[in-house]
Amino acid sequence: MDAQLTRVAREEGGRLLALLADRVGGIDQAEECLQEAYLRAATAWDASGVPDNPAAWVYTVARNAGIDRLRREKASARRIGDQSRALAAGVADEAGRAAGRDGSANADDDHASELVEEYALVGDEQLRLMLLCCHPALAPDVQVALTLRLAGGLTTAEIAAAYLVPEATVAQRIVRAKRKIRDAGIPLTIPADLSERAAVLTAALALIFNEGYLSHTEAAGTLTRTELADQAIRLTATAADALPDEPELGGLLAVELFHRSRERARADADGVLVRLDDQDRALWDRTMVARGYAALSLALAQRRLGPWQVQAMIAAEHTRDQPDWARIVRYYDLLLTLTPGPVAELNRAVAVAEADGPQAGLDALEAIAGLDQYHLLHAARAHLLGRVGRDAEAGAQWRRAASLTRNPSELAFVAARLVETET
Amino acid sequence: MKYLLIIASDPTLPSPAPGDDDFGAYMDAWMAYTEELEKAGAYVGGEALLPADTATTVRHEGGATTIVDGPFVELKEHLGGYYVIDVDTLDDAIGWAKKLPVGTGAVEVRPIMPTGPES
Repeated sequence: MDAQLTRVAREEGGRLLALLADRVGGIDQAEECLQEAYLRAATAWDASGVPDNPAAWVYTVARNAGIDRLRREKASARRIGDQSRALAAGVADEAGRAAGRDGSANADDDHASELVEEYALVGDEQLRLMLLCCHPALAPDVQVALTLRLAGGLTTAEIAAAYLVPEATVAQRIVRAKRKIRDAGIPLTIPADLSERAAVLTAALALIFNEGYLSHTEAAGTLTRTELADQAIRLTATAADALPDEPELGGLLAVELFHRSRERARADADGVLVRLDDQDRALWDRTMVARGYAALSLALAQRRLGPWQVQAMIAAEHTRDQPDWARIVRYYDLLLTLTPGPVAELNRAVAVAEADGPQAGLDALEAIAGLDQYHLLHAARAHLLGRVGRDAEAGAQWRRAASLTRNPSELAFVAARLVETET
Repeated sequence: MKYLLIIASDPTLPSPAPGDDDFGAYMDAWMAYTEELEKAGAYVGGEALLPADTATTVRHEGGATTIVDGPFVELKEHLGGYYVIDVDTLDDAIGWAKKLPVGTGAVEVRPIMPTGPES
């Protein structure tokens, strides 16, 4: 039962909140109503079982709670303002039923099916919520916390566990963000500059996925990094569906799916990362690979190439039995023309080593500037020096790499991670 | 709601001065902007300021005051002018901030504390 409730919160919470926000007068109010509904669900579902459509049940209870609140506010103070005027119609609808309603979960079947219908029409509202959470007037770490809390339905405790920060920090970040949304007048609307805003949203979703996928810490709390990555995939898929004209969202979704498809093969029984080359491909999730290809081809069909689509092409190449390394090098060349950067150059050099041999890879590494403090540069050089038999120099480079990372477990993974060049 | 658009730019960057060939076009852009704000019903007020080296700061400390030559905060970018606008949302305010004919500089968008019964 609790598991059902958690599932509703994570998979449907954002949609419910988006739908409620418009009807009960804002995000804060919607969140409180939703919490109230979850509390009631915990008791009611225990007593009489989980309803057929748990999300519609929660929505009905939360909306009724919101309407009750608005009515109370209206009675106590006349200044409800614009929000309640927009709500007037909805309140009138409910008035007829109010007499026979005890304020709790009387979602009778007829009414429930009507709500399910209404509930299905909210793609836009969920998009508005995600765009609100990822408003460029909010700092990236705030966007991430707010998106996970409001659109992803995670608790502050779960977010704190995933990011290894104190729960109070996350809670404060969210409170401050909500205050800014209210006081600075950040709107819950589809903006005019949609492409620009979609880019900010894409970046925030990528941050969420990276934390889930790349984090080295196996959950210190209630949320495993796999669940965080899954939540990122869910949110990215929702955004990509709602914004079909933004191919970079599709590109990101494909990258996420390709990476996630290898989850079970990434580590051996002792939890040590396995090089991509050495992974047992039978363990790859073929359904996710197929979803990745579907997302990528939809995105590429728009013929507006961007960095995430190119990274998805690289990740797609890695799903083949024999990756074509020369092609991967060309993809990196393309990526570098779109977004020049030393980390992509490093990944390109690793691909060059696979395509043209370790010496060519070492030459490519020599040309990279600005990564001297980055442990993976030295680890890559160490690996290639080892392959050409320059063991003493390789050892020195390993030591340099070791001195630059603070995470001891990372050292063990360094060699294996290099070949996962697309990340 | 009302927002203050605080316009700041680096005074060492070249900017058209009265008598320059491009000064007319420069001023026209600012006047056109103000006119557009007025037409949209968003204009509340706004002024351009003389350079920061004309500023004097009166500092209050526990009832005592001292007078200091210069602006209250020394930045590379100096406050050059401001608008007060009245629009629906932060997105609208950001839209107006983007349209300002500032060559190179920064615009801070700050909500003005609401007062009175409308808030």
